[in-house]
Amino acid sequence: MISQEGFEPDVLGFLCNWCSYAGADLAGVSRFQYPPNVRIIRVMCSARVDPTIVLEAFIRGLDGVMVLGCHLGDCHYMTGNYYTEKRMKTTKNVLKSTGLSPDRLLIDWVSAAEGEHFAALVKDFTERIRKLGSLGNETHLELHQLKKRLVAAKEALAQEKLRWLVGREMELVDSANVFEEKVSQKEFDQLMLQIIEKEFSKRRILQSMQGEALSIREIAQRVGASPREVLRNVVSLEHEGLVLFVGVEGNSPKYRRAGG
Amino acid sequence: MEHRRIETPKIGVFICHCGINIGGVIKVPEVVQYAKKLPNVVYAEENLYTCSSEGLSKIKEGIQEHHLDRVIVASCTPRTHESLFRATCTEVGLNKYLFEMANIRDQCSWVHMKDPEAATEKAKDLVRMAVAKASLLHPQEETEIDVIPSALVVGGGIAGITTALCLANQGFSVYIVEKEAKMGGMLRYLHKLYPTMRNASEVLNQLVNEAKASKNIEILTSSVVKEVKGFIGNFEVAIQKGDEKTVNFEVGTIIVATGATDFEPVGMYGYKKFDNVITQLQLEQLLKKGRLQNLKRVVMIQCVGSRQEGRSYCSRICCMTALKNSKLIRESYPDANIHIFYRDLQTYGQEYEKYYREVQEKGVKFIKYLPEKPPEVSLGENGKLNVNVYHSLINKQIEISADLVVLSTPLIQHEDAKELSQKLKVPLGPSGFFLEAHVKLRPVDFATDGVFVCGSAHWPADVGESISQAYGAASRASIPMSLKRLHTEALNALVDEEICSGCGLCELTCPFAAIRIEETKKGRKAKVIAASCKGCGACGAGCPQMAISMQHFTDEQLLAQIAALAEVKS
Repeated sequence: MISQEGFEPDVLGFLCNWCSYAGADLAGVSRFQYPPNVRIIRVMCSARVDPTIVLEAFIRGLDGVMVLGCHLGDCHYMTGNYYTEKRMKTTKNVLKSTGLSPDRLLIDWVSAAEGEHFAALVKDFTERIRKLGSLGNETHLELHQLKKRLVAAKEALAQEKLRWLVGREMELVDSANVFEEKVSQKEFDQLMLQIIEKEFSKRRILQSMQGEALSIREIAQRVGASPREVLRNVVSLEHEGLVLFVGVEGNSPKYRRAGG
Repeated sequence: MEHRRIETPKIGVFICHCGINIGGVIKVPEVVQYAKKLPNVVYAEENLYTCSSEGLSKIKEGIQEHHLDRVIVASCTPRTHESLFRATCTEVGLNKYLFEMANIRDQCSWVHMKDPEAATEKAKDLVRMAVAKASLLHPQEETEIDVIPSALVVGGGIAGITTALCLANQGFSVYIVEKEAKMGGMLRYLHKLYPTMRNASEVLNQLVNEAKASKNIEILTSSVVKEVKGFIGNFEVAIQKGDEKTVNFEVGTIIVATGATDFEPVGMYGYKKFDNVITQLQLEQLLKKGRLQNLKRVVMIQCVGSRQEGRSYCSRICCMTALKNSKLIRESYPDANIHIFYRDLQTYGQEYEKYYREVQEKGVKFIKYLPEKPPEVSLGENGKLNVNVYHSLINKQIEISADLVVLSTPLIQHEDAKELSQKLKVPLGPSGFFLEAHVKLRPVDFATDGVFVCGSAHWPADVGESISQAYGAASRASIPMSLKRLHTEALNALVDEEICSGCGLCELTCPFAAIRIEETKKGRKAKVIAASCKGCGACGAGCPQMAISMQHFTDEQLLAQIAALAEVKS
């Protein structure tokens, strides 16, 4: 990739009050210098960071997001950062489906004693984003097109099913469910990827429909997916009551958004 | 969920120079002018030190004269100063949750010292983000918690025993956890204490006996901290006693008094190569046991392994220790010829300076060496040592023969300090010692509420200093325990019952059992147990319905901060 000349990344960091924010303070006390590209929002725990909030940062045009917590096992709230880890893993995958590099989201751990580690993380991450370039530069998409994809990604991350599954990952993978079944990490990750892909496509379809009644083929063209996949997702949206069947034109069924 | 809208917020912004700490890098007047133009900001000013009494008065005046209903201080970190500024707001009737900070020192001027332009721009961004959040802040009411009136003291040395006795004498119950089989720490190995020349064992035994006799103190030796959970007022502690059992108890406060250990200068100045090259601590033992005989020529070398790359600090106690031990040698062997090779002698204060002069008068000779031309120790004839040194005051290389070479090595942190720091969620500084919340304002507190530090765990300290700090730590720890009740921060999860589907994922997620599903008239709904909720937000950020918000860190507030950051970009 050719680096973009004169590009200065805007990086946002969500830091937990107890470890990583204290680590960032320690970097200051120790005068460890790092690039001035990062702006920090303090939260009590990294687990406060809702995946949709991360997407909102990208929608707003920020180039990279860091979510830093206490080291696993050291969370001030005992298990918070385990949730952060799972949620951000999913967020990375959703980000990937928009065409952006998942590397634009960094999830890492910084203790209150690791000022130097924090400074190094900011330096490396800023450099990484610098190499990726601006959001538009990386995806070769017009900003308004990319923004639409990011909004679809954010909406996917707000979906009940997806959030439910993310919240149960530890339980499902580490211990058996009520039927004494245990899901392997690999199986779970595969299932998750399928759901992400499906949810993202569904949001893209809804976006593409606006107020019009469209055939499957027309929708497929607009979202750049196969008619077969679109049909499957449109049927699923119909079940959820989000789109309505409006009739058949030629031999192609037509749909429009419900409630419009 | 409440969406109380205050008509138009009136925000005041106070931007601190922190002497030259911020003002030396960031163009503070420019940031003030910038802040004045931000939405809802009705007042902005700069202060030399916003945390000084003058600065705090300015905040109070601002609130009263300009009818401010939101205050922002752009200065250091909320981890050390938020409570002070919040208290200032409370004094003049402004709810403390209407205060917000922008960290333009620790996370800006100190880390972008070479780029004042970028630092100034960043400071403006941070202020703009704080203003965006402040506009959406709500006043909050706090709930109260009980404080368990007992303390855990980690470390049974002079600092630990002293602080434990202080607390026990005030009626609090205290657990002392000592990893060695015997109480006493470093003092067990020392001979006499400067400047009084009292026997270390005499001082120590008296305190150990007092601690053992105290009905309020329980001593656990051969024990280490296994696990600490909870928070100020209610820490749950698990202690590993020997190899066999775990002891569990609850305390309201914790004091770290784990001391330090001495650096072993392996490979330096012939240590471990020649038998008669020893450390000051080994010399103490020999003096204590009276094992030194026919001592004619002694050389002491200062700053061995300290004030150098990788261990840059001054260990503070070694100059006085060398003076004390030379004095003791001269008293037992008046003919002994003693040279102290030093870089700089630190004998601060009236008493120590007087002591230094006495030792000079006793005939101990001082030679200033340069760190770039350190002394060299080699084996001469008859098993004697030859010490070669460049005498920097007479510009000459000289050689001195010695029966004994004593190396003054620094105190360093214990290897297991890091583990303890992680268990207690408190930091270690760059030199590996425990790091206080603020070097001047909170010297024995940690940033984590309810945890304190004293003695050499914090920094190499002599007995007098350790005792002073131990008094300080005991006094600080006694505050919440005397109050018996504390306000907890109003940082709770808030459930919107209209949206909640009663799925129960929040109940599964919460490690504190602070949210549970209950049957209501509207069906199954999540309910927050305010006293147990710690406000981490884990439930909210995972809620499938997005029905849970977090007090003081609402989605609305976080999104406003993001929007404010991005606004200049788009």
